Amino acid sequence: MTMLELREVSKSYGQGSAEVQALHEVSLSAEEGAMVAVMGPSGSGKSTLLTIAGTLEEPTSGEVLLAGQPVGKLSRKAKARLRRRVIGYVFQDFNLLPGLTAAENVSLPLELDGLSSRKARVAALKVLDGLGLSDRASHYPDQMSGGERQRTAIARAMVGGRRLLLADEPSGALDSVNGEAVMRLVHAACKNAGMTAVVVTHDAQLASWADRVVFLRDGRVTDQTVPAPGPESLLTTERNQ
Amino acid sequence: MSIRHAMLALLSEGPKYGLQLREEFEARTGEIWPLNVGQVYTTLQRLERDGLAESDGSGEAGPQKGFRITAAGEQELARWLRMPPDLSSPPRDELVMKVLVALHVPSADVHEVIQAHRRYLVELMQRWTRIKEDDTRSDLNMLLAVDAELFRLDSAIRWLDAAEARIKRAAADGATTWTDRASPQNLTRAPLPRHRREARQRG
Repeated sequence: MTMLELREVSKSYGQGSAEVQALHEVSLSAEEGAMVAVMGPSGSGKSTLLTIAGTLEEPTSGEVLLAGQPVGKLSRKAKARLRRRVIGYVFQDFNLLPGLTAAENVSLPLELDGLSSRKARVAALKVLDGLGLSDRASHYPDQMSGGERQRTAIARAMVGGRRLLLADEPSGALDSVNGEAVMRLVHAACKNAGMTAVVVTHDAQLASWADRVVFLRDGRVTDQTVPAPGPESLLTTERNQ
Repeated sequence: MSIRHAMLALLSEGPKYGLQLREEFEARTGEIWPLNVGQVYTTLQRLERDGLAESDGSGEAGPQKGFRITAAGEQELARWLRMPPDLSSPPRDELVMKVLVALHVPSADVHEVIQAHRRYLVELMQRWTRIKEDDTRSDLNMLLAVDAELFRLDSAIRWLDAAEARIKRAAADGATTWTDRASPQNLTRAPLPRHRREARQRG
């Protein structure tokens, strides 16, 4: 099933001579359980694409479909519910609330959605445990390393069985080993938990974790990778040379 | 990759047979640099000839012939480990050449050329990353070797990104290709040395 689909999405800001076209007829789809990376330089429209995919902004033209349903026709309330229950966001600067512990940060979206704080806490601890953070549950963000903070942010994006994870440079503020740990988690969330992830990044090492890499230049999709054969082919090819 | 020194490193752990050396070499390098058995025996014969290793018999090198490192071999290994690899002169990088050439070829779109290489390199990185994905078969040696390959490919992509940005900026400034820059009004020449200037004036 196609979890996310963008059909000829365009977005412009401003009017007349001040108009800036951030996206030009971008079409993109991500199947359930797939990890898609959108790679492009600063100003290529990556973040705009992600905010439109996440229903945080509306496209100027074109359509966004989530699990086959066009989201443009939904009421504001229905969109807000979709954002609470289906979509999880991960940002470069973690966006954790400093006054809350890791467990409280993770359980917050569930509580905002009306779940009792006890049930929300149980769900939060389960996700934190799955990401190797059970011993950090009662720590505040400033008591954790950058890598731990971002893993907590991923836990918050996954909690409650959400299906679509949208990440904007999720390991941009981390060193390469911690960055890799974050991409491993996103990858595992897709392969093991059936989530769909769209990760925007300018970093090829991070993008290479994705099943498919889409290249964005000046607001246009210019190219994409073809599905990669397994690693065995790489070793076998080299061996035969 | 110096197979000669890799063999010395393996022998520094204790005496080993030829076949064992080949298997251990491949395992230590994460099976990224495959080695044929002929290379192993030729290398071992040369090490023996140069007094860096010695064998337990005088027969032909074969899977069952044992080798051990000599004191001279230990010294050579220590010297090699500390010797910086030659990174001082730029390699003749085919990728760089292609992008530079694409700037001159009227029928070529340099941005398309850059993107074709970028996509190929990212696809290659995806394949290497798949190796890291599977934790059960990733040992430390393999992870380090795969990381090295990923960083190497990544640096080529970064260069492509930088090249693309620079070419765009140059186009915005009005100089799109080297041909434009090499137009007669732009030609500048370094002054000739004094003795040649004087010789020219005399001639």
